[in-house]
Amino acid sequence: MSTVEDKPLVVAGKTYDSRLIVGSGKYKDFNENQLALEASGAEMITVAIRRVNLGQNKDEPNLLDVISPEQYTILPNTAGCYTADDAVRTCRMARELLDGHSLVKLEVLGDQKTLYPNVTETLAAAEILVKDGFDVMVYTSDDPLIALRLEEIGYVAVMPLGAPIGSGLGIRNPYNIRMILENAKVPIIVDAGVGTASDASIAMELGCDGVLMNTAIAEAGDPVLMASAMKKAVESGREAFLAGRMPRRLYASASSPIDGTFF
Amino acid sequence: MQIIVNGETREFADNLTLSELLGQLEITEGKLAVEINGEIVPRSQHATHTVVNQDVVEIVQAIGGG
Repeated sequence: MSTVEDKPLVVAGKTYDSRLIVGSGKYKDFNENQLALEASGAEMITVAIRRVNLGQNKDEPNLLDVISPEQYTILPNTAGCYTADDAVRTCRMARELLDGHSLVKLEVLGDQKTLYPNVTETLAAAEILVKDGFDVMVYTSDDPLIALRLEEIGYVAVMPLGAPIGSGLGIRNPYNIRMILENAKVPIIVDAGVGTASDASIAMELGCDGVLMNTAIAEAGDPVLMASAMKKAVESGREAFLAGRMPRRLYASASSPIDGTFF
Repeated sequence: MQIIVNGETREFADNLTLSELLGQLEITEGKLAVEINGEIVPRSQHATHTVVNQDVVEIVQAIGGG
């Protein structure tokens, strides 16, 4: 029996059994998205806010008819925003759209090629959104001082990138993530960079409270199977973190006793 | 009158409520949000809010995204 008890992930006062947060972008269709979501075990899913297509088939299903806000926590993002103003406007539209739901994922981007966060605009948006009553989960760089500053402003979760959005390069700077974790009093969730299951495990083994991913599942050869792999990777990484890994040694340390050999 | 809806300039008859405008655009009320001239018009006011010439209307919904 394990002697270590885990505390569940709590974001803005709500408890989650799953530490995996998934996106809803890049899927072939709603059905594939829904099957992957179910396989992932995730309870929170991101969505983007975009213009309604004028003249579209009015019977066309809406994403929120497929992924029910009653069953899942919908996390609207501000993807595509390059200024604090656009991000704040998007959050307000999301809140109206979701009947007053105040949880949002803030991402203010700085550059199309890297999709790196624009940290100064993110900080500017921060002040406005917190004052306006939003519960903000914020995508940011892996800078420990900025993470701390965002926490001080009153964000409910800080989400440093592991690598650029959609790159699948994995956790490129685990030491920075560790520094962020050392200071954190709110959940730290790696957002962006995960490419495969081992990347998710690494994030969790570092002690992160959760992992957010989209492309790693949606662009996998079999997204539903990858979603299941990610579920296990996040769980096993969490357990390994709680268990506490053995120390790293440069040289060998025999596992079989030296005493009692008969040769 | 002219209304700019989601970036497109369109002609409408005068004296329309926002609900009527959405109806003419064949947009079903529900999981969407509407902003007029940068200000959100809450769903509860769609039936009473009147749109006027040169209003800039943005109608958004949730779609797939990370």
